[in-house]
Order: sequence, then structure tokens, then C-alpha cells
Amino acid sequence: MSDALESEVKTNPQGDPITAAPAPPSAQSGKKDPHAEAKRQKVVTPEYMFHEAPREKEFITGSEAAKEAVRRSNVDLSIAYPITPQSETMQLIGVLYGEGYVKEYYRGEEEYGVMSAIAGGSRAGVRCFTATAGPGTLRGLEPIASWPGHRLPAVCMFTCRVVNAPLAIQPDNIEMAYLLHCGMIIFHAENQQDLFDYIMMAFIISEKNDVTLPVGVCCDGFFVTHARGYCSMQDKGLKLPEREAWRGAVPVLDAENPPARLSRDAPVQKSNFMAYNIHAVWQQEVWAAVERSRKYIDQYMDGLIETQNVDEADVLLIASGSAAAQCREAVRECTAKGIKAGLIKIKSLRPFPTKELRQLCSKAKLIVVPEFNYVGWLAKEVATAIYGYSNAKIVGGPHVYGGMSMPVEMIVDEVICGLSGKRSSTVPSSAIMGQVDPDAVAHFMQNI
Amino acid sequence: MEVTQDTEERIVEPGPAGFHPPSAAELGVLPPKSGFGLRFGHEVQEELAMEEMARSMLTRKNATIFPGPLVLWNWNDHAADKAKAVLELAAQLPEVMIIPMPDYRPKYPKIEPEEMINPNHPNLTIWGNKIEACIFIGVHCHYANLTLKMIRAGTNCWTSAICAEQGHEDAMFTVRDSDAVKIRRIAQVFKRVREEMGIQVPENGENVRFTGLQSQVHGGKSHTNPLDIPLGGPGGANAEAFGHRPEDMKREG
Repeated sequence: MSDALESEVKTNPQGDPITAAPAPPSAQSGKKDPHAEAKRQKVVTPEYMFHEAPREKEFITGSEAAKEAVRRSNVDLSIAYPITPQSETMQLIGVLYGEGYVKEYYRGEEEYGVMSAIAGGSRAGVRCFTATAGPGTLRGLEPIASWPGHRLPAVCMFTCRVVNAPLAIQPDNIEMAYLLHCGMIIFHAENQQDLFDYIMMAFIISEKNDVTLPVGVCCDGFFVTHARGYCSMQDKGLKLPEREAWRGAVPVLDAENPPARLSRDAPVQKSNFMAYNIHAVWQQEVWAAVERSRKYIDQYMDGLIETQNVDEADVLLIASGSAAAQCREAVRECTAKGIKAGLIKIKSLRPFPTKELRQLCSKAKLIVVPEFNYVGWLAKEVATAIYGYSNAKIVGGPHVYGGMSMPVEMIVDEVICGLSGKRSSTVPSSAIMGQVDPDAVAHFMQNI
Repeated sequence: MEVTQDTEERIVEPGPAGFHPPSAAELGVLPPKSGFGLRFGHEVQEELAMEEMARSMLTRKNATIFPGPLVLWNWNDHAADKAKAVLELAAQLPEVMIIPMPDYRPKYPKIEPEEMINPNHPNLTIWGNKIEACIFIGVHCHYANLTLKMIRAGTNCWTSAICAEQGHEDAMFTVRDSDAVKIRRIAQVFKRVREEMGIQVPENGENVRFTGLQSQVHGGKSHTNPLDIPLGGPGGANAEAFGHRPEDMKREG
């Protein structure tokens, strides 16, 4: 690429990345180098970046938080394809490219092409970032689902929205139900701060040798991407170390070996040339790598869950993403009504905090799992995890979807219905598992 | 002396574990912490894991070292030094075989299972040579893990993995962070255990037993002194000594 062309591409003004800007005068004329600040970034260890570096608080959108995370993450390649509510994020990553913080950036043909190209970039040994949402997630799902088997460390942000049809662009996190079984690591951000932290940490966790897996950082579109919230961030003069691809669990861009060679070799499946269980152990290995990521999630993210008021709680609200924010307020309202309620916020859905939930739910009487989707994927995960370890009644709801917001009162009503045995006006009986002890109900009714 | 001195209930047991056993991770076993190794799925001081490796390699039939691409090819001085250390390790094991895993691609139209091992069908090499104890070293972690799972499922081979990274939970014995210095330390542990067991190496140092192809390459000899194996030039390392040439890695059009 010629210097002139490169200069022209990389001068989009911040906040208006679509507008064509005139090419700046050449460096020889003494004008400021647009990459000067990026070049001055100092590499620090992940431990310093995440746990020690001083932070300053800003009031920003989730898209801006993602941009600031990528700015500090030493990203080599980012590929964009627009879809609401993710478009702004990837526009802002384009601004970072203009400023020299991201080494390569372009717009793909569509999501299948983007996710395939991210696979190529990651396999070539560079640090990759992209983002998509809703129908884009599903369009890109085939290559996304192949990333773990290829052992590709990459980070993809999913700004969840309705999946068609009918067409809508509103918040709904049904797409996470599809992502949970790909073999990738999945985090769910509650707010702008989570999104900022999780993206940066995701790069480091995904690239650990015994992990070498992609990470999906999910958030609920609009609630997080377009709303503003306080976000404490390290100095933008700091960045994470670059990817050490040679330390990965598979060789870098070895086109002569599977899985890269699959297009020319016979499939890796039982045959005269393969062991009968080759693909089976390959899948086992992907999920073993998911398990190995737990210690790094503990190390960098302070665990797979976050808790509030769980000691001595009769009622536990278990939630991830934006539903956790609604639950915080519901806990406050329940406490004001004299109900001992606590919150378990699930930060990591893959790996899933099975052990933690079994321990924390052992004495609970009622568990309520509010979600922003129809199918209730989290309630099913929770019920499966704690079966046999808790006698609590589990309410798989309340659910909102198709762009609805979740009033805090909905959650509080479910707590009261769950404890009192009253019939719920929003959660069908088919989504309620187990029964509360009648003595506990009597106690509750006397004290409320 | 017993083959092993462990007294705990084993989690990762020697196979054949069955048609389709769960992975070690599914059994709750994860790689060891720094400074530790694994013995049958339990975290132990790494010296203990090294001793168990030695006992299995010194007492079970047709013990074999499987060097992978990271020590078999002359990537850099560090790889060459590690290859030399592997040969020093081999020098402590009477009648040991060295069968390479030169790359990871499926072999068409036919593999020579007695001459090489491949992660897509490692059981063929174990069965073909009746190998009952082995050490993997220099294999990229993903492929080592595939291989170890399949061997545990379908063979009675006791597996050890000497890993440059975090170790391998699917091996019966593993140590981690193994650079050339640690490999030489393992060789010293092997020497000590061998001497404690009263096992001698040949006076002429020719303790490595050739496979058929290796014997042909070396003029019909049956054994060799591993310390006499020359490290090859650029791109060659010591793979040539085992009948594998750089041309074998030739790219297809």
C-alpha cells in the first residue's frame, strides 16, 4: 500500500468515521503523526493492567467502552460488518485504526466472511477482534462454531438483539442459547464497566496455551451498547503484551496439518486412516480447554460469579447480563419488604459455575432466574447444575423478550409468588420447578 | 521395587479404559500447578512424577520415547539443545525405542505404524510395537492431548508427557515447564531410579533399540548409542537418524 493511500485511509476524524476526510499533508511537511500517541503506548503485564494500574472514571456508552478496551489490548486485526446494535462499536474500532492502535481493519463481505477471515487471521498468529449481533451472529455461526475446534484464540463481542423473524432490532439475548454449545468461552457483561474489563481479559485468557480458545463477550444490546454508564479505565498510554502465537496449543498457520488441511484431506473422522474416536477426543479436548480456563477467570476476573447478600439468604436471584442489574434493585426492594434476598451474578457462562452454584444454593428456599429471552436458557443451566444439591423451588422467570424491558416489580412479584404459593401472573407453571416447604411459606406469610 | 509407589485411588488409570471413556478434565483433573506434576490424576511434587515415569519406562515392555516436531526439527538453537537433552534422557533407558511424531497430518495412503506415530491413529503404533510405556515430548499440546486420550481408551500403555507448557492431565504422569535444563534434570532422576533398581545400561552405551526402518538407515545395526546420534543441519535436526527426511515434509501442490 502506498504511503499516500495509507494516509488517506487512516485519517477519519473521531466520532465521524464515515465522512471522507482529505488526506493530510505528508509527514515531511511537519504535520502531526496521527499514530504518534499509539506509538507511545507502553506494554505492561496483564496483572499490572487489570489489578494495579490507576484508573479514571468516565461516563461512556458500551460501544465506547469496547473501543477503549480494544485501544489497550494491542489488537492486530479487526474486521467489521455492520449490524444494529453493534455497528457503532466497529465504527469506533475503525477510528482506532485511523489512530494507529489497531494494525489492520477492514469491512468484510458479510458475517460469514468476517468470521472466516477472523479464523484466518487468528490462525496466522495475530490478535483478532470483531463484533456482531442477532441475525449476524447466526449468519456467522458456522465459522464461529468451528473456531474452538481450530483452537483459535480470538475475541468476538456479541451485542445481543432479536433474531428474526419478524424483523426487529430490539434487545433480546436468545442468540446466546446458540453460542453456549459451540465450545467457546462465553462471558456476559452487565454494564459498560464489565464490557470494558471482560474484553481486555478475554484476550489474555483466550491465548493461554492450555486454553487456546475463542472468547465471546456478550452484552444486551442497547441497554449496554447505547446507554451510558460509569467506566473506570486505565491510562490509554498502556497496552497489553502482544500475542505470543508460538505458545499456542497448535502450530501457527500450518496449512499442511488438520484442521487447516481439511479441505484437501479426508475428514477427520473414523476411517481406515483414522482411529475410530479421533473426532470424539477432539471434541473432548475442546471442552477440556474450556475447563482449564477456570483458573485464569479466577485469576483475572475474580471468579466466574459475583455475589451480593447471599449469606443467610432465603431467596436467591440468579442472573447474567442486564438482568443482573434489574436484580440488584429487586434485592433492595425485597430487603425493604423484610425478605432475605441475595443476588448471584453469573459472569462466565462457559465455563459454567456449577461448583459455585451448588455451594451457594444449598440452603436457599427459592431461586428466581429472570431473563431477557423466551426460552429461559439460564434457568435450565441453573436447574441442571444444582439438581440434587439444593431443595429450592426454582422459578424459571420472569422472562421478557422482543425488545421489552424488565420492570423490577416483575422480579419482586415472582419472589413473593414463589414464597407464598400464589399463582404467578407472568411465569407459567411449566417453568416452575420444585416446591417451597409449607413451613417456610407460613413463616413468610407471618412476617411480610 | 514396584512399578509404581502410589497409594491413592487412581483417577487417570492406565487403559484400555473402554470404548469411549471421559476425558481427564471431565473427571475433574486439570494440569498441575508450577513446581508440581501429575501421577494418575493427582497433583504431586514433580520429582515424584519424574520417578514414576522412570519406573514405568524401566519396567514395562517396549518402552518408547515419542519425540514431536518441537524437538525433532531444527527450529532454533533452543530446539536443538532440547533434542540433545532428550537423547541424554534416552541414554538412561535400556532397550528403549525412539519413534518420532514428525508432523500431525494424517498419512495417506498408508502409515507405517511401527516407524512413526500420528495423532490421528496413535493406537496403531502402540499396538503394532506392543508398547506398554511411553513418553511424549515436543508435541504441540492439542495434539498431545488427542493422542493421550486415544491411547488411554484403547491400549494398555502407560503414558508420560514432558511438557514445555502446563502439562497434560490425560497422561498417567506429567511434568510441566520442561526446558532443556529440566529435561536434563529428569535424565538425572531416571539415572538415580535405574541405579536404585539395579538396572544396567550396556557398557558400549548402545541402549536404544532400532525399529526396522531405523535399522536399515543405520546399515542393519540393531542398537545405537543415543549420544552418538548426530544433530542434523538446518531443517534436519535428528529426524534423519530415524528415517525421516526433510523431503518427507514436502508440500503438495
